[in-house]
Amino acid sequence: MSIRIAIAQINPKLGDLRANLELYEENIVRAAEQGAELLTFPELSLTGYFLRDTVPSVALTMKSVEIAKLKTLSRNLPFIAGMVEESADHRFFNAAVYFEAGEVRHVHRKVYLPTYGMFDEQRYFARGDRVRAFDTKFGRLALLICEDLWHPSTIYLAALDGALAVICPSASPLRGIVDEQNQDDNARYWEMINRAYAETYSLFMIYGNRCGFEDGVGFWGGSEIVDPFGQRIAKGKYYEEDFLVAEIALESVRRKRTMSPLLRDEDLDLTINELMRIRERPAVSATAAKKLNGSKVQRIKAAKKAKR
Amino acid sequence: MIRIPTNTALLRKILVAFIGNEVRKTGLSRIVVGLSGGVDSALSAMLAAEALGPKNVLGILMPYKTSNPDSQTHAEMVVQKSGIESLMVGITAQIDAYFERFPDADARRRGNKMARERMTILYDHSARWNALVIGTSNKTELLLGYGTLHGDMASAINPLGDLYKTQVWALAEAAGVPAVIVGKEPSADLWLGQTDEGELGFTYREVDQLLYLMVDQRYTKPELITAGFPERFVDDVAQRIMNSQFKRRLPVIAKVSQRTIDRDFRYSRDWGK
Repeated sequence: MSIRIAIAQINPKLGDLRANLELYEENIVRAAEQGAELLTFPELSLTGYFLRDTVPSVALTMKSVEIAKLKTLSRNLPFIAGMVEESADHRFFNAAVYFEAGEVRHVHRKVYLPTYGMFDEQRYFARGDRVRAFDTKFGRLALLICEDLWHPSTIYLAALDGALAVICPSASPLRGIVDEQNQDDNARYWEMINRAYAETYSLFMIYGNRCGFEDGVGFWGGSEIVDPFGQRIAKGKYYEEDFLVAEIALESVRRKRTMSPLLRDEDLDLTINELMRIRERPAVSATAAKKLNGSKVQRIKAAKKAKR
Repeated sequence: MIRIPTNTALLRKILVAFIGNEVRKTGLSRIVVGLSGGVDSALSAMLAAEALGPKNVLGILMPYKTSNPDSQTHAEMVVQKSGIESLMVGITAQIDAYFERFPDADARRRGNKMARERMTILYDHSARWNALVIGTSNKTELLLGYGTLHGDMASAINPLGDLYKTQVWALAEAAGVPAVIVGKEPSADLWLGQTDEGELGFTYREVDQLLYLMVDQRYTKPELITAGFPERFVDDVAQRIMNSQFKRRLPVIAKVSQRTIDRDFRYSRDWGK
């Protein structure tokens, strides 16, 4: 089965639900016109990313009029929206929501909320507590949001739960200038893991990143689709708006898994047993930590010596 | 020799996108920039011209009677090269009128006053012209606190604030800033013969390498000394960063309410845009 997938690499307005809903509508129409069967939007693209104290004012409950509107829009074209979801007990989640045939079919609440360096997500959002693949009219898929994928356990779970494709809505900021590259260092890292995950887990990686700037922080765009053989079959422009449409043939998952049945051979019991053992063990021993701290200075000294 | 990555093609692309994006989302499409004749303002002006079109950029020359005549020549070269609009607004009359009352003011007070006078002119013309003021402070100056608070440090958006001076030089060269401007000795030109490096006591090339490892790469003091930097230099720079922290923050507000601006009332500047 082939699916024609579209990625809307958009630049939403920070904290302006109405404007972004219009942007969604335009892109849904555009995807339909181009014959797409599934459309993905970036992380928090219905609201903007650096929301800070606006989180509660742009949050949507499953009963809100905006959700009803999105459901209607999904009647002819399934899509994944990135939004702030408010639970009945008033927790706010950074969520990716799958709409199909006028219904909400799956909600993924971001599990790993970065709160280091430039990030502050856990200050504003509650943490999701599950990673689940889910069935769609196309087959079994999984949603993981941005930082989730920087933790290999999430994609491991998604793959073992049967996902044939992982869709990752992202709001990934550009940072780190590297010589002789036409993208920043963060983009380089993402491209490396997208390819490695696709090949390692024999599935499609569908990565939808946003563009634009918020308070001087740029988002690098560069959305992409990588097939189970590690081949990039679609690539968005860096640092600007784009709209990608590409066909993915789910049969290639079967072919790849026939050739290298890594997932079949995965020993779940071993993993579970070892994880249970590790959970009981103290994190890092004091002597090991000491060794680790000393090593950087040692390396610099050695490098200087070598230069002389 | 530590190399600070300076991918000029990528930096140029990102900074041009930054200016276009951050200006247009405010509903405006124009930029005002103070042209000193130096490399920082020349680069900001040229990036703005690339982002918004030269006719949407206004370069203002604001000489004082003791300003080096080369500064004006160089600023005019930038106007010529980039095709931006320009305006000359001298500051001698108002500065001299003010200091007639305070004749004992030293060079630092006079220099700061000039920098702040220029700021008021830029902001006045930004209102007249429906434009934003673009900043020209680089990362080296901002970290060392080598700038006048509410003077040359004031701006609406700053494309250079995350670039060290040595990166500014490289990018300026790549972006077509005239070679004589890129190659000359940096000076605030607030008094005769003033040079940045003479006043700071070290060169930009030296301090940029130190700052890059200290700030960007988070080297500790022992690691910096191992990497070859003299301890006194490391201490001096660390002290300068700490002592100038106030220049990089909003004024301190006494907290009395449940929700205080910037402490627990937190919104992005681009809120709603």
